[in-house]
Amino acid sequence: METSLDIQAIRKDFPILQRQVNGQPLVYLDNAATSQTPDQVVNTIVDYYHGYNANIHRGVHTLSQEATDAYEIARQKIQKHFNIAHSYEVIFTSGTTHGINLVATGFTSFLKKGDEIVVSAMEHHSNIVPWQMLCERTGAVLKVIPMNQEGELVMDAYHDLLSDKTKLVFCNHVSNALGTVNPIEEIIEAAHKVGAAVLIDGAQAAAHIKADLQALDVDFYTVSAHKMCGPTGVGMLYGKQEWLKKLPPYQGGGEMIAEVTFEKTTYADLPHKFEAGTPNICGGIAFGAALDYMNNIGFDAIAHYEDGLMQYATEQLLSIEGLRIYGTAKNKTSVISFNIEGIHPYDIGTILDKLGIAVRTGHHCAQPIMDFYKIPGTVRASFSFYNTKEEVDVLVAGVKRAKNMLV
Amino acid sequence: MASIKDIQEEIIDEFSMFDDWMQRYEYMIELGKSLPLIDDQYKTDDNLIKGCQSKVWVHAELEDDKLVFTADSDAIITKGIIAILIRAFSNQKPQDIIDADTEFIDEIGLKEHLSPTRANGLVSMIKQLKLYAVAYQTQLK
Repeated sequence: METSLDIQAIRKDFPILQRQVNGQPLVYLDNAATSQTPDQVVNTIVDYYHGYNANIHRGVHTLSQEATDAYEIARQKIQKHFNIAHSYEVIFTSGTTHGINLVATGFTSFLKKGDEIVVSAMEHHSNIVPWQMLCERTGAVLKVIPMNQEGELVMDAYHDLLSDKTKLVFCNHVSNALGTVNPIEEIIEAAHKVGAAVLIDGAQAAAHIKADLQALDVDFYTVSAHKMCGPTGVGMLYGKQEWLKKLPPYQGGGEMIAEVTFEKTTYADLPHKFEAGTPNICGGIAFGAALDYMNNIGFDAIAHYEDGLMQYATEQLLSIEGLRIYGTAKNKTSVISFNIEGIHPYDIGTILDKLGIAVRTGHHCAQPIMDFYKIPGTVRASFSFYNTKEEVDVLVAGVKRAKNMLV
Repeated sequence: MASIKDIQEEIIDEFSMFDDWMQRYEYMIELGKSLPLIDDQYKTDDNLIKGCQSKVWVHAELEDDKLVFTADSDAIITKGIIAILIRAFSNQKPQDIIDADTEFIDEIGLKEHLSPTRANGLVSMIKQLKLYAVAYQTQLK
């Protein structure tokens, strides 16, 4: 197993890492919000617009055929990457939020008053709000899997929540605010025992963990390309074919129909039933290129390297007096959320930005987690395989400097 | 009583002594720490300006024909900028507050804090100061 990376060679693929911010070399540690895009992916986008930009699935002309082929090859790359049984179980979306909304809307007719849906306490708002809206439409009740101080789900409580009333369970694979890797194998297996379907939000996991969706036996899994070296505005929703056949279409339009008369429309087969309108063709193709890029480096090597970086950053940050890390799960990846006693995270983020260091501050679209810890937010440093130990040192020195200024 | 313009010039003068951002920010943090706190009874949800990240409370009161502002924030840099704004706008006639511009913020090198897309509530805060002025101006008439 290859686990060593040539980071300097990798960094050359990302010209943005060479730029300066506020007169300082950029240290980009906001990878959990969006990852940077390597030349290989950017070139794919340029090649598309220079060479074969055309609408897909409908033209008889050569460009349309080339674009259609490239788009469908990208779908197959996604299928292979996530070990999905059939390529038509891969639905191109605009991103994770779109995928979640597609499923939440589709379940409206399957739920009735008194049914229960279970969500984890550490979800992103995009994996809370669509389900709350679903509850409002159907009278179903939302139940929450609690978490402990370390930021791990309390699995005994989860098992107690499950009953024959449970129809749906949804949880993120990795928490964007805390970095916790959730025990989704156990979550999926237990939900299936009571006949509930499971949706896993893989947005935060996808850049670090290569999920085998057939082995997981998950019903739905959704990711965004921009968190794994791809462009924004494109993602994928995986659904088991029996679910995708049952779910009604999400949007009406071109591409998703088989036959239209003013009396009746019959819908197209999978996956087109869920892909109304002209999709983000170039984005889909570039998503495939991003998967190629990451797989070329290798997910084992990436995980090994990022774990080392996170351990090092954790040790170094904890040497700062008054610094507390939120999210200390035994199984976590690539995210360090922290505060310094008596200092607002916004102030630290502002000073770090002046030093060229990009971190996220605030509630990370996960207000329930901040309420749990009774804090307004955190400073979040999130790592990618192109970050270095030297950048961690710059971060730690920056946090120390901010602390000196602000205390 | 100095006019808003005079005070703004004074602030620009003070900031012109600093060579780099560090000194400017250190000064701002000092100003933030010395900001007279808003009376706790006015730190209500009604007086809260919701920025995305730091909270800002503003209270306004008319004293004779002048408007007096008090404010607070949970973030110290935000508080420093509030202190600068309050110094320029508090204890002034409502009409003068309505007519005043905020370009001096650019000139003291804090432009980035006034971008409408920056999630710190400061643009909303200036708007709020002006709204108070409009409301009290109507009352004075």
